[in-house]
Amino acid sequence: MIEIKNLHKSYKMGSNSLHVLKGINFSVEEGELVAIMGSSGSGKSTLLNILGMLDEADSGEYTLDGVPIKNLNETKAANYRNKFLGFVFQSFNLINYKTAMENVALPLYYQRVARKEREKKALMYLERVGLKEWATHLPSELSGGQKQRVAIARAMAAEPKVLLADEPTGALDSKTSLEVMELIQKINDDGNTILIVTHEADIAQMCKRIVHLKDGVIVEDKKVKQVRASSYVQ
Amino acid sequence: MFDIERWQEIFDTIRKNKLRTFLTGLSVASGIFILVILLGFGQGMQNGIAKEFAADASNRIWVWTQVTTKEYKGLNPGRRIELKNENYDYVNSRFSDNLDKKSPVYRVRDVSVNYGKETIGYSIQGVSSGFQFIENQFLSQGRFINQSDEESVAKVIVISNKIKREYFKNGEDPMGEYLDLSGIKFKIIGVFGDVGGEREEDRMFIPITTAQRVFNGANQVNNLSYTLQPAESFEQAVVESMQFSQELKSYLQEVHSVAPDDGSAINVYNTLENAKRFYGLTGNIKFFFWFVGICTIIAGVVGVSNIMLIVVKERTREIGIRKALGAKPISIVGMILHEAIFVTAISGFSGLVFSMALLELVGPLIEVDYILNPSVNFNVALSTVFVLILAGALAGFFPAWRAAHIHTIDALRDQ
Ligand SMILES: Nc1ncnc2c1ncn2[C@@H]1O[C@H](COP(=O)(O)OP(=O)(O)OP(=O)(O)O)[C@@H](O)[C@H]1O
Ligand SMILES: [Mg+2]
Repeated sequence: MIEIKNLHKSYKMGSNSLHVLKGINFSVEEGELVAIMGSSGSGKSTLLNILGMLDEADSGEYTLDGVPIKNLNETKAANYRNKFLGFVFQSFNLINYKTAMENVALPLYYQRVARKEREKKALMYLERVGLKEWATHLPSELSGGQKQRVAIARAMAAEPKVLLADEPTGALDSKTSLEVMELIQKINDDGNTILIVTHEADIAQMCKRIVHLKDGVIVEDKKVKQVRASSYVQ
Repeated sequence: MFDIERWQEIFDTIRKNKLRTFLTGLSVASGIFILVILLGFGQGMQNGIAKEFAADASNRIWVWTQVTTKEYKGLNPGRRIELKNENYDYVNSRFSDNLDKKSPVYRVRDVSVNYGKETIGYSIQGVSSGFQFIENQFLSQGRFINQSDEESVAKVIVISNKIKREYFKNGEDPMGEYLDLSGIKFKIIGVFGDVGGEREEDRMFIPITTAQRVFNGANQVNNLSYTLQPAESFEQAVVESMQFSQELKSYLQEVHSVAPDDGSAINVYNTLENAKRFYGLTGNIKFFFWFVGICTIIAGVVGVSNIMLIVVKERTREIGIRKALGAKPISIVGMILHEAIFVTAISGFSGLVFSMALLELVGPLIEVDYILNPSVNFNVALSTVFVLILAGALAGFFPAWRAAHIHTIDALRDQ
């Protein structure tokens, strides 16, 4: 599903540049649930943003679902994002003047789905994250966990091939984190490919594979036995 | 433009960002409003001044004489210049192509006017038929002095509305009554009024011939008065009448042996000269209003640009989110512009309609000197709305374009 070879990325800051990713080689099969771990500043978000085409690598190859991703301009990237990718952010990134349902329906607008159809689908996905009753609420009227579940519903609504989540539980307490992880596991059970950036070990243990980043390279990549979020005593 | 989904998305955005929309709209609407009102009053002032000038036939030429102030051809200064019938006749034949209406004026002096037992203390002028038009007088009753009165040296008199009011009380009809001018009976044949106002009605008219013969005027004339044939344009009229005044003056100076540089012996007054100054003034006033109006529009444009800049800045993160969800830059630019144009258009037209309605309703009620019926050319106002819409679009375009092309990740980081 995802294949990257020898990926490099550095940030220029004034005269000096900061080499963040120093040759990443890595591939993900369909249906995997991968946790990307590493200390702060190790380049986790940078890697995820490049995978999500929100940012561009300096060099290296990237193939997504058999499509080589190169020479990206904004329009092309927007197209790929719309077709292939769903995002979940630590800070939710919901549009504050749109209701939960309108937020979930937004990626469908950019897929040129008709309004009625959009609303139907959005409601369906809200139901899947257990927030159907909150469809008409604004983000400001939702709790952190609810916001993140709306964001996940939004990411899923476009039916992406890959779901990318950068610290989806980073802003949530542990109980809410479990709810979100349970949802993510459920989505993964349906066969969706998911990558999660986290620096919490117990969150990582709920995935099927853990990739460790350190100083811009992968230092460890192992399959783990998945801990079900539902197995935690509430 | 005809994408219904886009329209819905924009209405949603507008509905949910009422304050922002309102502020943008307000600055556009008030810009248009102020401009229209200013232009309306500029026009109103021009109308008002034009009306003041309608009081007298506007291309009137008037000759009067005083004493000479310079020695010339061996003649001492201090000589009184008196115009003669020959002068009048000569001018008539020499300038017959230029002249429209003409009349000499002889002021009858030392005559007491009586109606019954009452003495009428107003002056008497001997004139020709053309005088009525030159002075822009209208007749309320009867007729004015005519050609045959002059030829027959008729003892007829035209009095004014004011005199009628003062001396013919209780609705007495003056027509056919006789006035006694130093013992000679004059029949009242008409009652005139003057658009110039009451002050112009302090007099009565008799035929010039009668005035000269009956009251010892011999062939003397006090004034010459003319109007000229209408010209194609105002400018043309000014040129022609200035030239006529000049030639008239030279001729009179020559026959009366007046030094060409004697500024006061022979005077030719030309209303157009004056009118030209006033028209120039209204031109300046209009220019001033346009200037202020355009400054207002520029201020409006700057205001709209500012708001657009802030709006786009404020929405940077939203733009990032939309792009992460698959929005293309072109659709972002389209969305922002579409909203900007829609809001400017609606508020621009409201400002236009509101201000035009105000001018239409209040304009005719305004009763101030030199302001008459302020109004504005609809096309001009409409064009300014379009200018503002265009400016709003342009002002929105650049920040929208930039925001749409910021790297998505940078847009998302924006707080
Ligand atoms: N836009 C940028 N400009 C310059 N430097 C950047 C930029 N983004 C990230 N960096 C730097 O690159 C390095 C990697 O950043 P990154 O966000 O990928 O780290 P991370 O592993 O996600 O850390 P965290 O766990 O704190 O989120 C950091 O040192 C960061 O300061
Ligand atoms: Mg990070």
